Amino acid sequence: MSAITAQLPGLQVVVPLLGAIIAAFMRRGTLAWAWATLITAFTPIIAFALLFQVWSNGPISYHMGGWPPPIGIEYRVDLLNAFVLVLVSLVSTIMMPYARRSVAHEIDGDKQAWFYAMYLLCLAGLLGIAITGDAFNAFVFLEISSLSTYVMIAMGRDRRALVASYQYLILGTIGATFYVIGVGLLYLVTGSLNFADIAARLGEASAAFPRPVLAGLAFLFVGISLKLALFPLHLWLPNAYAYAPSFATAFLAATATKVAVYLFLRIAFSIYGVALDLKALPVSTVLYPLSIAAMFIASILAVYEQNLKRMLAYSSVAQIGYITLGIALMNQAGLTGGIVHLFNHALIKGALFLALGAVMYRAGTVKLDDLGGIGRTMPLTFAAFVLAGMSLMGVPGTAGFISKYYLIVGALDAGKWPVAFLIVASSLIALLYIGRAVEVAYFRPVSKAVAHAKDPPLMMLVPMLALTFASVYFGIDTELSAGVASRIAELLIGGLK
Amino acid sequence: MGAVQNFFDHYNYIATIVLMVAGLYIVIARGNMIKKLIGLMLFQTSVYLLYIAPGKIIGGTPPVLDPNFTVYSNPLPHVLILTAIVVGVATIALGLAIVSRIHEAYGTIEEDEIFAREEQE
Repeated sequence: MSAITAQLPGLQVVVPLLGAIIAAFMRRGTLAWAWATLITAFTPIIAFALLFQVWSNGPISYHMGGWPPPIGIEYRVDLLNAFVLVLVSLVSTIMMPYARRSVAHEIDGDKQAWFYAMYLLCLAGLLGIAITGDAFNAFVFLEISSLSTYVMIAMGRDRRALVASYQYLILGTIGATFYVIGVGLLYLVTGSLNFADIAARLGEASAAFPRPVLAGLAFLFVGISLKLALFPLHLWLPNAYAYAPSFATAFLAATATKVAVYLFLRIAFSIYGVALDLKALPVSTVLYPLSIAAMFIASILAVYEQNLKRMLAYSSVAQIGYITLGIALMNQAGLTGGIVHLFNHALIKGALFLALGAVMYRAGTVKLDDLGGIGRTMPLTFAAFVLAGMSLMGVPGTAGFISKYYLIVGALDAGKWPVAFLIVASSLIALLYIGRAVEVAYFRPVSKAVAHAKDPPLMMLVPMLALTFASVYFGIDTELSAGVASRIAELLIGGLK
Repeated sequence: MGAVQNFFDHYNYIATIVLMVAGLYIVIARGNMIKKLIGLMLFQTSVYLLYIAPGKIIGGTPPVLDPNFTVYSNPLPHVLILTAIVVGVATIALGLAIVSRIHEAYGTIEEDEIFAREEQE
């Protein structure tokens, strides 16, 4: 037993990676789905085991291939990693039962097994980014997850999915290349690729070569911002989310951008923050205006959007603004707010996109004008949409409220009351776009497209309702979300120089 | 004299930056999807140079232990870039595959023509 426990960090990535290869050899979609579900279900077990181990005994260092760091690749799990691993693996596992019908409906039979292979590959990449302690290894996993994401997006029914995938490929590759340039500059001045080792050597290197160190930060910042869709580098996101298969959209919205945010936190707080004075570096100065711009401009774009999937995609850009705002605040409450919103937003957006996937499954469209009266023909689906939407706005008693509460406290602690005001004001815009969907769904006569629609089968309904329940439940019981997030924020801020 | 000295001391970086900016410019300025990919390839290749060039030490030999040699070049960047090249090849291959699908679906690979068609619908 203990032999397996010692190998858990490696297995976290190896299981889905090998699972993907085997899935690629399958011919029948249903079989591939069952296999992918089984593999996915293993990942949260490993992630929870790691979280408990880290919670009680402190960080785990796993030496890949038995080579000690900094020469070998180290998988280093601390509370922040373990939290992200749990989030990604758990949300994917909840979503998997949903995938079968939705994927069978939107993707041709002979391509379904490929889709699941790509999904598992993407999962392996995301978990890999979250677990590795090596900067170059993180790049490789970043590309594994990105390349499989491009394929998943391109599998969408609409031909516009191809263009969306191409655009994401161009921007995503530029982002990843910027990340490698940043890592390369750090490698040139420190001679190391291990996160902890770079952090230990960076102070000295920065005194000798201040310019490459700062340029490296700029490249890493821009590269990762492209991946996490920080405004105005979000241009790839709305089309990619709108035209990808419904399941892929829900999976990516809940996990991919969150892992990129994690990488950002790791670089900013565990490398630059440990070695140099993070508050003196131009991180907050750049993040503040961009975050606030994201919160407002992306929200307003969402209000004018006719396609509901695109509307939620713009909303995602806005919500990422809240997360980065929490990072920019750089104090205990603000950072807690950012991290807890990373968790809550994954649940909320997962639930919302699953609900839209169900609408797509039954009504075949997500254009707002075609969906009149859908709240009456698909009552459970739209109840989930409304509840998760309320959580998105931050109604008290829901998970979204908890994130915004911490963010506002963080803004007030930093002495920035206008920021606190802007957080509230931008939440009201969310009321507008969710409210518009509610108005169409409940107060318009039933339109032709939705007349024969009804709630989706149980296998789709349960994951959707589970995520909706979670996005309300974590507004009442905040032990796992805000409790852990606040401890992570404490560790990150305590580690700062 | 100082400027010339500086230029030749850092000429590998200058070559890297020229390639990098040229590649990025092609990606942004060109509307043809294949040309964009070529630009992307150039941009990625410049990063290979960024890693490899500083790993070479003048007078250094490949890192094979031998009593006659004491100065070795750093092998790690080569290994890293071997990985990066594989990633780059996969990216370009996927990009080309998507472009050929776009050509099947739209009958063109010019971005502005595709957007014009989307506008009409």
